[in-house]
Order: sequence, then structure tokens, then C-alpha cells
Amino acid sequence: MFDSLSSKFSKAFSALRTKGRIKSSDIDEVCSEIRSALIESDVALEVVNSFIDQIKGRSLEQLEDVNKGINPSQAIFTIINEELTTILGGSARRIRLAKKPPTVIMLAGLQGAGKTTLAGKLALYLKKQGNTPLLVASDLQRPNAVTQLQQVGAGVNVPVFAPEPGNGIGDPVAVAQAGLKFAQDKLHNIVIVDTAGRLGVDEELMKQAINIRDAVKPDEILFVVDAMIGQDAVRTAQAFLDGVGFDGVVLTKLDGDARGGAALSIVAKTDRPIMFVSTGEKSGDFDLFYPERMASRILGLGDIQTLAEQAKNAMDSETTEKLEKKFASGEDFTLDDFLSQLEAMKKMGSMSKLLGMLPGANSAAMKKQLESIDDNELVRTQAIVQSMTPLERHDPKVLNGSRRARIALGSGRKVSEVNNLVDRFTGAQKMMKQMRNGGGAPGLPKGMQLPQGVPSGNKSGNTSGNTPPKKKSRSGNPAKRAAEEA
Amino acid sequence: MALFSKLFNKLRGGAFLTASDWQEIEESLIESDLGAAMTTRILEAARKTGASAEDSVINALRESLSTADRGISSFSDRPTTILVVGVNGTGKTTSTAKLAQILQKDGSKVLIAAADTFRAAATEQIQTWGQRLGIQVVAGKANGDPASVAFDGISRAKSENVNFYIVDTAGRLHTKQGLMDELGKIRRVVEKVSPVDEVLLVVDATTGQNGISQAKTFLEAVEVTGLILTKMDGSARGGIALAIESLTGVPIKFIGTGESIGDFAPFEAQSYIEGLISG
Repeated sequence: MFDSLSSKFSKAFSALRTKGRIKSSDIDEVCSEIRSALIESDVALEVVNSFIDQIKGRSLEQLEDVNKGINPSQAIFTIINEELTTILGGSARRIRLAKKPPTVIMLAGLQGAGKTTLAGKLALYLKKQGNTPLLVASDLQRPNAVTQLQQVGAGVNVPVFAPEPGNGIGDPVAVAQAGLKFAQDKLHNIVIVDTAGRLGVDEELMKQAINIRDAVKPDEILFVVDAMIGQDAVRTAQAFLDGVGFDGVVLTKLDGDARGGAALSIVAKTDRPIMFVSTGEKSGDFDLFYPERMASRILGLGDIQTLAEQAKNAMDSETTEKLEKKFASGEDFTLDDFLSQLEAMKKMGSMSKLLGMLPGANSAAMKKQLESIDDNELVRTQAIVQSMTPLERHDPKVLNGSRRARIALGSGRKVSEVNNLVDRFTGAQKMMKQMRNGGGAPGLPKGMQLPQGVPSGNKSGNTSGNTPPKKKSRSGNPAKRAAEEA
Repeated sequence: MALFSKLFNKLRGGAFLTASDWQEIEESLIESDLGAAMTTRILEAARKTGASAEDSVINALRESLSTADRGISSFSDRPTTILVVGVNGTGKTTSTAKLAQILQKDGSKVLIAAADTFRAAATEQIQTWGQRLGIQVVAGKANGDPASVAFDGISRAKSENVNFYIVDTAGRLHTKQGLMDELGKIRRVVEKVSPVDEVLLVVDATTGQNGISQAKTFLEAVEVTGLILTKMDGSARGGIALAIESLTGVPIKFIGTGESIGDFAPFEAQSYIEGLISG
């Protein structure tokens, strides 16, 4: 998301970076770049204009100070980052839980924004935090919306209250009310009410939403909006705000390449925070919205925090503990362990999506690299390991030529690919052994820690007796390898 | 909105435009999601003609329309096969039902394939429509192979002498290569039995400039032959569809204007273009 926005910003700044001293005309130039980038990204005209005015004003005001500093372009960059973060919501707000449960959350939005899918994701998210959510099927209009919610609920193991079949039959207000009662009786502490999609201009349906609201008195009304929406975002958001009203915004389909400028417009226009983002088709593709992160992302600074959190979530603590224990007890790291690591990586999502969060991911060179990443690489590696017998996975040394040929056949890969994997794995295994024995990275004195990414020289006087790897191994990380081979 | 109506009256009156009028038109076109580049092109073309205001702007918009045929082809000896494709939530299933209904009204025999095996209850959604309309729906297992559903359908369409065979596919973001490949596979599998004649891309009128990227990718994957512009009953004016049409030459074929089965009509240029300016 915000892709082209980012590259335009990057362009504007690389021009600025070459200048030691910034003049007011430079600022005008940068601002006009940013203005056109924002319009192309579907940000409403009025919002664009006020944003540009703010940046210009602050930059000119601080021009003296800016030029006194070590890095003037960095100072301007900071101003824009701050203003953008401010518009995007300042600091993120969490769901407000009711003092007296259940907390009622009502979803509202246009048709096709993704309310029902989101209801399931939100329920799963809240459940993971120890809540006991209940989903209520108040979209009785769209054919089989009720069935959809039931299936979504079953998928995330959250009960669904659906007394009416829908398809035009039943009263959504009564269902919402009965759902709330049901939750109170069964001690669900959160109720999520899914409602039918409606247009901002449809007075009759807006009235229905208001009636649902008045019947269940939600603690949070969330406006669900598609990240691909264009200039209409402002009108529709305003219509919902004036109609049923809302407390927060959820941005869906952020995994596409929409620039999502509408998000800026909605927040600026309605003064309601974006609370969550939805980023894929799996029920776990859901996250809190972090304005700081989004601002950094827009400016091409990358989104490291999200990446780190996804890694933590994907490697469930059980697997990690098991690995650590194994490591400490002196057991070898086996191909089975490798396989569970691969699975954890797969859970984190596609490699290109992950690397897209890194700083500089928007630069032309990095983009080219990202495009060349083959997400199927993981699947292929997995297939090779899965074609091995338990003995082979435990002790790869037994892998002779005929075994390798069989594995290649079984996984549908070439023998050379099998060889490659085994070599890489043996290398990794060796390294782990050395780390355990030596208490540090290979080639370093005992106890000395190596910051990541710093190549280690093989120092003389090293007493641990490690031999440096015989040949340069290929990296298991497709991105790294591409870089190595480039 | 009053502003745009006033503006439109001015255009109708044929008065000459001042600089601020031009700016107003520019803003109006940008706000219809026509896009900045296309807006600039339209205004340049309009200014060049030197004709009256109405003619110049309306004509420039009209000239950016494609000259391609906006009808649906039909054959006497085999079914016409139509794939309905698009990103998530644009209204593919509803459009499929509406399209089936207008074809059926003309006396044709229609068969629908529920090839969205991915989204929860999508099959049930189109089956409900099928029951309401008295149209047969071929379905497969949830999370099954959509291509196999489409294949079963075309085989049946052929043996039962169906006139129109419509395949409702799952919503997919155009950025997901795997899912776009799946769409190509559906097409190839169907074509083993009978040619695919129409691929209709469903575009939501609220879509912003991302619509261009959607259209380009779908066009590349499955040779889109027409657009269905949905949700035109809201406050969005759907300028993105004209931007797509002008850029790719793929014509808008149908307009969806509501949730009822009859809220669907062949594209009508005059009212669409007037809608872009008058709001």
C-alpha cells in the first residue's frame, strides 16, 4: 500500500538530500511533488491542500533551525513524518471495553467492504486476548450472509448467534437485541454485530442501522472501508458519520496495491481513528493500526515493528522452547526442526510481503529484488524434506546418491536441488554446533557476540579449533541469495 | 452537489467558461475518480475545440469512450460462455444473478457455475439467486477446485443445449499471482470443451485509481472483454470505469444500480457522462 506515494516521496527527498542548504524554493518544489503524489493516491483534494499548507508553513517557519542542523533534508523529512502521523491519528486507540460487560461492537459500511470477513478476524483477535466473543448475524439482506457468518465463526471457533435465516427474512434490529440478551445470559464478554452493507445515500437502510444502534447501544461502532476506495470515501464516511455515526475505522484489503490515500481523507475529515487493518484472506491477517508505522511506511522508512511482531507470532512459543531445549541439551538440529521452522516462516506470509516491510523496500533496486523472489521456494524446500524418511531427516549423512535420487523423484525436484538443500543444511548444522561449543559465532573468541550482518573474519589465536566453511554456501534466504548471486 | 448541478446547467446553457469554471470542472472530474492524468487530457481536448462549453467537455468525454461492441455475443450451435471476474467485494455474485436474469428474460436458457469455492457461503449465495430465478446452478465442494466446477458446468451446458453459461468466480486481489493463475486455469479448462466468449470484469463505482491496476492485471491474465460497473446507486460517480475504458479499450457493458435483481441495465453513454459532471 501507499506504494507510489512512497516512491514519490522518495524521489522528492533524494533531490533534497543532495543539497547542503535548503531554500524556500526547494520546499515549494518538494511540496508540489508530494501534492501530486497524494492526489494520485486518492486523497481528497481538500485534505491534500490542508496537509501541504501545514508542511509548508512549518518548514518555512523552521527553515533557520533546519539549516543550522547537521542534516537539513532530514529535518524536513521529520516535519513531514510528524504531520503525516498527526493526520493519520496521532496515537492508536484500542477497543474500549465496557465497564459492565458485554462490550458491544457494531460493524457498519458499504456493500462489499468486507464486514463479515472482518467480523471473524476481529472475533479471533479478541478471543486470542482471552475474551469470549459472540458473533451476531444482523445482515439479513444479502443472500446467505448469515450462512457466511456461520462458516466464518466456525472457522475461528467463535459461536454465532443467528436465529433468522436471512435472505430478506427476519428483523435485524430484533436479532441484534436478542443477540445481546443471549450474550448476557451465556456470559460472553464481547458481542460483535455484523450488519448489512448499505450506501451512505440510502436513507431507509441508514435508519435501520440507527435502529440497531439504538437497540444495542454499542460501545464501539466501527466503519469498515475498502482501502481501494476513491474520492467517494469522504462523502460516504461523512454520510455514515451523520447517519449511524462511528467511533473508529477499519481499513480492509490492505494486501492489495491500493495506495489507500482514502485513509488519510477519512481520518482528516471525520476525526475518527483507524483502529485496525485487514491484510489478507486468512483469519489471522488482521492487525492494529499504527499511525507511526503507516507514516514511516509512506515515507519509505519500512515497517520493521510489524515484521518483528509477525515473526514472534508465527514462531509459537512451544516450537521455540522445544528448539531451545534441544539446542541446550546438545542434540543436533535436525531436518525435522528445519521443517517446523519453514512452516513457521510460511505462517508469516509471503516472503515478498515480509521483505516489503523493510526499509528501502520502495527503492527501485529493492523492488526489482522483491519481484524476483519466488514464494514457492519455501514450498519446494518443504517438499524435498517431506520426501525424506525419518532416518534421513534425523541423520542426513546417510543420504547417498540413490537416496537423493529417490527424494528428487518424490518431491518432483532435481537432484541438484536436493544436494543444494543438504549442503545448506549441513552448513547450518555445523554452525549451530560451533556456536554451542564455542559460545559465539564461529571464528570469534569465546563469549564474543557478533552483531547481525557483520561478517566475521577468522581470527588467529582462536582456540576452539573451528574450521572455516570450505566453500561459500548459498544463503537459505531467497532475498539474500539473490543479492549474493547478483 | 448543488454546485455541480449549477455547473452542469452552465454547460448546458452553452456559455463560455471562465478560468474558475475550468477549475471547477477539473475538480469535479477528479472527484468522479476519473484520475488526474485523464482529467488533464479531457480538459486539454475540450479547450482545443473552442466550441461551446457543453459540446466541448461532453464531447471530449464521449470521444474517450471505446468504439467496441457493448453487446454479448450469442451463437446458435453452442453456449455463449461468460466468466465474471473481479477483486473482492465488487458485486460479482449479485451481477451474475442480474445478468442471468436479463438473458433469461429474452427467452434464453441459462446455466450458472458457482466457481467461487473459496469465500464462505458464496456457493449458497448464488444458489439462493438460482432458486429465486428458476435457473440451474452447478456447484462443487467448498474449497474444491473452481476449475473443475467450471468444467462440469460447461460439459453440462453443452449437453443440455444451454444458450448462456455464466461462471461466477471468487473475488481475488489482482496482486496475488497464484490466484490470477487460477483464473487462467479456469479459462483454459473451460476452453477444452467450448470457447470462452466474454470475460466481464466487475468494477465497484467507489473504486479509486487502483481500478487501473486491477483492470490491467485482469486483462493480462484472462483477456477481459467488458466491464460491469456496480453500485452506481450510491454517491460515487464511477469515473474510474471511463478511465479504464479509455486506457484499455475494454468497454463498459452493464451498470448495476442496487441490490434488487432488476437493478441492472446495459451501459448508456449519455446519462453516465452527464453523471460524471453533474454528480
